[in-house]
Amino acid sequence: MTPAAPAQAMSPEKPAPPTPVVAQQPPLVPGTETPFKVEVQDLNVYFRANHAIRHVSLGVIPQTVLAVIGPSGCGKSTFIRALNRMHDLVPGARVEGKVFVDGRDLYARGIDPVLLRRRVGMVFQRPNPFPTMSIFENVAAGLTLNGIGGNHAEIVERCLRQAALWDEVKDRLRHAGTSLSGGQQQRLCIARALAVEPEVLLMDEPASALDPIATAKIEELIHELKEKYTIIIVTHSMQQAARVSDNTAFFYLGELIEMGPTAQIFTNPRERRTEDYVTGKFG
Amino acid sequence: MSFHSSFTYRKVVDRGMAAVCAICFVAAFIPLVSVLWLVISKGAAGLSWAFFTELPKPVGEEGGGIGNALVGTLYMVGLACLIGLPLGVGAGVYLAEKGDGTVGNTVRFMAEVLSGVPSIVIGIVAYALVVIPMGHFSAWAGAVALAILMIPTLARASEELVRLVPGSLREASLALGVPNWRTSLRVIIRTALGGIVTACLLAVARAAGETAPLLFTALNNQYWNVNPSAPTASLTVAIFNYAISPYDDWHAKAWTASLVLLIVVGLLNIASRVLTRNRLKGAR
Repeated sequence: MTPAAPAQAMSPEKPAPPTPVVAQQPPLVPGTETPFKVEVQDLNVYFRANHAIRHVSLGVIPQTVLAVIGPSGCGKSTFIRALNRMHDLVPGARVEGKVFVDGRDLYARGIDPVLLRRRVGMVFQRPNPFPTMSIFENVAAGLTLNGIGGNHAEIVERCLRQAALWDEVKDRLRHAGTSLSGGQQQRLCIARALAVEPEVLLMDEPASALDPIATAKIEELIHELKEKYTIIIVTHSMQQAARVSDNTAFFYLGELIEMGPTAQIFTNPRERRTEDYVTGKFG
Repeated sequence: MSFHSSFTYRKVVDRGMAAVCAICFVAAFIPLVSVLWLVISKGAAGLSWAFFTELPKPVGEEGGGIGNALVGTLYMVGLACLIGLPLGVGAGVYLAEKGDGTVGNTVRFMAEVLSGVPSIVIGIVAYALVVIPMGHFSAWAGAVALAILMIPTLARASEELVRLVPGSLREASLALGVPNWRTSLRVIIRTALGGIVTACLLAVARAAGETAPLLFTALNNQYWNVNPSAPTASLTVAIFNYAISPYDDWHAKAWTASLVLLIVVGLLNIASRVLTRNRLKGAR
C-alpha cells in the first residue's frame, strides 16, 4: 500500500451513521498530481450502439469507501466493472477514457488485465464460491490457480479472520464452500478476494442477496477493511450507502450526476435529480 | 362454491393423475425387467471361470469360453476411447467456450447430424476409410468406427455440461487475476468434469454394446489377439454369431455372453456414479 496522500490526514474517524460526515471532496476533474488511489477520466462504456456510461470522471482517495448509488439500469455495475477490465470479455463492449490506479492507466497499451485484476479485487452481487473446492481451497484459489506459493494455511486463516468468518468455519475447512449459508458464502468470497492482496476492492451490491443480519456483518466488515483497502461499493440501498461510505456518487442514465461526501449527498445535494432520488421521488 | 374448484374434485383429479403416472412407470419398467430376467435366467447357468478365460471351442465340444471376445471388446473400446474421448470432449469444450461464430455453428450442426446417423452406416464409413486401404479387417477399423460413433454425442454432451457452469464462476476466477485459459481449464472444465466423466462412460458403454459397426470392420477372430492390425473378436459379434447358429449349446453361449456384456455395461454405469460423487463434505 502506498502511503496515504495528504488529504488522507484530514479523514475523520468514521462516526455513527446519523452524525454528519465531513469528508473531503475530491475535485471532479482531478489534476495530474492527485491524492487518488483510483482516478477515472472521461470514461465511456459502449455495448455495441448503446452508450452505457457517459463521460464519467471521479477520484477515490486511499482507504476510503466510495458508494455508487442510482436507480436500476443507471450503469452502476457497468461503471465498477470497467475498473478491473471485466468488460474485456463481453462481446461488443468497448471502453474509452482513462482509469488510473496509482497513476497508471489500466486501459493504456501493454497493461496486462490479468496482473491488474490481482491488484483490483472484486466481490459480486451473488456469492459465487467455486463448487468443486472446499472452504480452504476457495480462499486459497487465487494463490493456487496463479501458482503463487507461500504458506497458504497462514494466508487462508488471516483472510478468513479479516472476513470475520474464521470462527464459524475453522473446524470444517475441508467442507464444500457451497455448504455455507448465503451470508457466509459472501464473506468467503470476500476472503477469497483478499487472499491475492489487492489494494482496491470493488463490491457490486455485495449484500443484495443477503438477509439483514448477514448484511450487517458485511457492512461491519467494510468498516474494518477500509483500514487497509480502498473500497468502491455499488449499492441499491441508500441506507447502506449512508452507513458504510465516506463519499457517494450518484449515477443516473449512465452519467455521474453528483459526487461528494456522503452526508452532503443525502442532506444537502447540489443537484435536483440527486435530491429527488435520495428523497425517494423516483428510483 | 362451484364443483370444479371444490376440494373433493381436486382430490379426485390428483389421485387419477397419480394413478396414470404409476401405470406409465410400470409399463416402462416391464420391458427393462423382462430383458434383465430373460438374460439372467438363460445366461447365468453358463457362467464359469472358464467362460471368461478360455477360447471358444468348435461345435459339439463341451466347455470353451469367450475370453478372446471379452478382451477384444475391452481392447477395441479402449482404442476407440484413445481416439474418441479427446476429440469428442475437446470439440465440446471448444463449442462451449469459442463456438458462437460460423465455425462453431457448423461444427454443432454437423455433430447433430452425425449423432443421428445409424451405426451400420458408420461401420460402412470405417470400412471405406480403414479396411479398404489396409486391405484387411482389423481392430483399428473397429475402433475407428466406435470412435466416430462416440464423438458427436460426446461433443454435444460436453458442450451442454460446460455451458451449464455459471458465468459467475468465470468472473470470480478472472477477478482473482487468473488468466483466461487457466480459468477455462481449472475452474470451468473442472466444475463440469463430473458430468463430462459421466458422459464419457455412457459413451463408452454405448460403444461397448454396438455390433453393427464391428461386423465388417473388426470382423471376428477365433483366437487371442492384441495386434491392432489383425481382425479381432468382440462380445457383440460373438453374441451375433452364436445366436444365428443352429446349435443349442451355442445359443446358450449367446445368452451367457449377453449377460457378460450387460455386466460390463452395468459396471461402467456404476463406475460413473462412484467417480462423480462429490468428495467434499456438505456439498450440495
